[in-house]
Formats: sequence, structure tokens, C-alpha cells
Amino acid sequence: MSDTVAVDPHASGPSLDTRDPNRRDFIHIATGVAAVGIVGGLAWPFIDQMNPAGDTLALASIEFDLSKVAEGQQVVVKWRGKPLFVRNRTAKEIQEAISADHADLRDPATDESRHKPGKPQWLILIGVCTHLGCVPTFGGGEYGGWLCPCHGSVYDTSGRIRKGPAPKNLEVPDYAFLSDTKIKVG
Amino acid sequence: MSGPSTYEPKTGFERWLDQRLPILRFANDTMSTFPTPKNLNYWWTFGAVLAMMLGIQIVTGIVLAMHYVPNADMAFNSVEHIRRDVNYGWLIQFMHANGASMFFIAVYVHMFRNLYYGSFKAPREVLWILGCIIYLLMMATAFFGYVLPWGQMSFHGAVVITNLIGAIPVIGPAITRLLWGGFAVDNPTLNRFFSLHYLLPFIIAGVVGLHIWALHVPGNNNPTGVNVKSKEDTVPFHPYYTVKDGFGVSVFLLMYAVFVFYMPDALGDAINYVKANPLQTPQHIVPEWYLLPYYAILRAFPNKLLGVVMMFGAIATLFVLPWLDTSKVRSMRYRPTARLYYFIFIVACILLGWCGANPPDEPIAKGFPSFQLLDSPLNSFTWLSRIGAAYYFAYFWIITPWLGLTEKTLPVPEGISEPVLSHPATAPAGSVASPEKRG
Repeated sequence: MSDTVAVDPHASGPSLDTRDPNRRDFIHIATGVAAVGIVGGLAWPFIDQMNPAGDTLALASIEFDLSKVAEGQQVVVKWRGKPLFVRNRTAKEIQEAISADHADLRDPATDESRHKPGKPQWLILIGVCTHLGCVPTFGGGEYGGWLCPCHGSVYDTSGRIRKGPAPKNLEVPDYAFLSDTKIKVG
Repeated sequence: MSGPSTYEPKTGFERWLDQRLPILRFANDTMSTFPTPKNLNYWWTFGAVLAMMLGIQIVTGIVLAMHYVPNADMAFNSVEHIRRDVNYGWLIQFMHANGASMFFIAVYVHMFRNLYYGSFKAPREVLWILGCIIYLLMMATAFFGYVLPWGQMSFHGAVVITNLIGAIPVIGPAITRLLWGGFAVDNPTLNRFFSLHYLLPFIIAGVVGLHIWALHVPGNNNPTGVNVKSKEDTVPFHPYYTVKDGFGVSVFLLMYAVFVFYMPDALGDAINYVKANPLQTPQHIVPEWYLLPYYAILRAFPNKLLGVVMMFGAIATLFVLPWLDTSKVRSMRYRPTARLYYFIFIVACILLGWCGANPPDEPIAKGFPSFQLLDSPLNSFTWLSRIGAAYYFAYFWIITPWLGLTEKTLPVPEGISEPVLSHPATAPAGSVASPEKRG
């Protein structure tokens, strides 16, 4: 430890015990480090308590029955406090989405990458505009996807941003098909 | 605050700030260079402990309020939610609940130290009274806080304490209804208790500011009780007492940590883990340990109004203590007779606490023959609490004024430095009269 301590016999002024200033410096540094360590260690629980609690995390995934959604329609469910869009796309909407794969996209993504393999009709998206968090309106905008009422962001039938201020496509959450008609989100 | 300021701004910014808001000068004069008697012992550390506990209670309390729901249907579950689900909620909730007990341990030590060394006497009467106000506010805050988890003891404790007000003739029942916001302790009561529980600590912090202000005008008392006579009698607060208080506070925190981590429920009542049920009172209802002596005084009297009056009188007595004590000598170091009665007083307070924790009609010594004296058996906590209460009041209203006039005191030293220097064996080699001038 002594090699990391600045050796300055006058650092704390003339003292009664000047035989070995290193020992006094060591005590000062050790006390300071211990105090900082304790305060820092205690600070974390007081920050972490603001993170989602155990019961919130336990309710973080939901199951959804797709048979409730007719073709060409969308059902909105609440997932982790936010709207989740479950859209049953028509063949025309799917075709439009695929044909736009090579258009000049702001956030390039193929339509195939936005649905599960073999299930092109099911588009599952987090219904939060990537601009400032409003909920886009179903079927609005010139691409037949969604239109955000707040600042006019336009999404296509694949949920990709095509016009307006939003920077990203509508987010696809983690989900899996439990059966042909049932999905688990989260 | 006392004496001319010794602050010298070192940088241009400090000079600039000092002419506009002398906050650094204030901090320097109150916390760094403040002249403090050089002979303070560890009983004086509890002031720092109390300041720390107030800070801990406010910080943990603000965090708990982020998760707590002040609603009669949800309060109990929200506290369980904090303990089980919130990240580190168990730690923060246990820190807060045990923190209240630690706060009271420290305040009682602080108050008994005060009584022993006569710190409440002139010129520190206002300092003492401000302390009594803080103590009252602490009791109110602790009571409101204890109601919030909405367990069985929370609920029925609130019922009992609010019903005390009902003892006031004529207007009592109306005041009680006003406090409840209904016809019984219920959701409106819980909501206002939560509001007040959040408010009062900040009022306490304000009064603590006045308390420290009032301390810094005459300066600290000291174990000899003799006034500081010269600069030789004092050392600057920093580093001498910052380091000493730092060490004392660390030891106190260790004890606190033992409770929080190893026996978090030791000071609480298990029945409070049962959700409040207005239709059923627990078999044996007691307040938290720090209120037990007053609870015993309340129950010592067979008349409801008299019990309430005496209980509040026990606290009110503290406010007039500076004028009840007639002794010219502050410290009990030089008052052997007063010291004897003082230690009996401590025993009486502990006995009262023991009485408060037990059912009044229970025999103290089981299987021991007893006979009926007036309304209760002599071998019962009722009579023991009567003896304790009698001594409590006699100590302040009879013994203290009488002793001050009649007792024979020991010779009081001329000054603080004298007892230190007249015992060379206890003075470390090389110790000098003015350590503040050395390293």
C-alpha cells in the first residue's frame, strides 16, 4: 500500500506522531475508501428499487388467441402497459408490403423479417409511434398501414415508417406461436 | 454564530459568493471551526446519531412512499408488495421500521445524557424546549407511521390513541370524529395519517435547525457542567468532533445493521402481520416499545380522563424542567445525592416500560401470594406502574427542586482544563493545553 500513498510528511501538518507519516496516510485513505464503498453500495438499492418490481416482471408475458381477429382487422391488447397491435392482414396488404421491400425505406427491413415464417398474415407490433410515443391509428395514411395522429408519421402495412418525423419502424416484440391460433408475447 | 467569524475566502469565487450569500462562511463557522469544549465524551455523539437517523428515515421514507398505497383495502398488501416484490424493498422497509426504534434509542440516550449533565439548565432552556418539541413531533410521526401498514396492531393502536382524545369532556367526541373523518378509524383516517406522516419529518428537520441554532449561541455544555472560560477550553469541531462523531456513528450503525439484517422483526409485534380487522381486537394490545412507559402511566389511573391527563402531563413536565431544577451545579458528577435519585429515575422509566408491555392485572411474581389493595391486587402490574408513575412525577416535581436547595455538592472545578490536567495519569503523554494549535 505504501507505494500508492503520496509520501509527504507535512501533508497533515506537524503532528505529535511524526515517526511514520505513511501509517497516518494509510488510515486516512482506508477510511475514505471504506466510506465511499459503503455509501456507494447503499446507493444501489435506493436506485434499483425504482426498477420494475418482481410482480410487475411476473406479469410481463401474455397469451393471446388469434381466432378472435378476423381477416383485415386489428385487435389492440395491453401488454406491459402499452398497446399491442395484432393485425390479420389481407393478401393485398401482404402483397403491398412485400412490393415495398426495395423502396427507399428510412429504416430498411423486409416484410418477411417482420412476421414469423409461414405466417405472413399475422403482424404483431408494439403500437407505439417511434417518434414520441403516441398510438397510431389503424388503416390511416396513404400506405394503408397506420397514421400517427400526433405528428403525422405514416406507417405501411408492414408497420415500417414511410413518411413523417418518426425515425424507426413500429417495433416487433418477442413472441412465439404456441399453436396455430395462439401466441405468447414477452 | 458565537464569536466573530474565522472564515477567510480562499479563491476569487469564494470571495464573490461570500459577498452575496455567505453560505460557505456559515458552514465553516457552524461545522468546521465552531469552538467545542475539548472534554465531550461519547454521550455527546448521540446528537450526530440523531441527525443521521432523521436523514435515513426521510430518505427511506420517501422511497417507501413511491410504492405504498394509502388505501384501507390496499395498504396492507402494498407493504407486503414492498417486502417481497420491490427490488431491495425488504432492505428499505426494514431500515425504515427499525430506524424508528434506533431513532428513539438515540433520543432517549440524548435526553438522559441531558438530565445527567444538566444541559437543560440556563442558558440552554430554549434549546431544551426545542428538543422536547422535536421529541413530541417524533412520537406523533412514529404513531402515524405505525398505522400505515394497516395490520391488526396498526389499526387497533390507532383506535386506542384516537379514543384518548375522546376523554376530553364535552368536545372530546366531536374532536375524535374530526380526526377519524368518519365514525371509526377507516380509510379517511389512513389517508390523513399518511399525509401527516410525510409532512412531520420535514417539520422536525426545521425544528432541528432551530435546535442547532439555539445550541450554537451558548455552545455545548460539557461533562463538568462548567462554562467554557477561554479558547484553551475548546477545540474546533472539525476534525476533533467530526472524527469522534464519525466513529460513534459507525458503531451505532453496526448495531442498527444487526437489527436490520438479523432480527428485523424483533422490535415489532407479530400480530401486525395480520391484516387490520375492525371487528376483532387482538388479545393483547401494546404500543411500540418506545411509548410503553407513557402507556403504563395511562393505565395506572382508574379514571379515563385522569389517565390521559397524567400521560400528557408526563411529557408536559419535561417542558418546565429548567425551572423545576433549583441546583446551581449543572453536572451530576458533582452531585452524588442527585445522581442516586437520577439512577432510580432511569430504573423507574424501565419499570414503567415493562409494566406497559404486560397486561395490567397479570401478577408480577407468579404463584406469589397477594392481597387486594383498593381496586387491584398488590402483586400486579397495575400497582407497579402506580409506583413507577409516582416516582416519575415525584422526581421532577419534588425531588429535583428539593435536592437543588438542600443537597451537599462536591467541589466544582474552576474550569474545563483543570480536571483534565490535574490527573496526569489520565492525560496521554505529550498532551497539551491547546491541541488545536498542533496538527
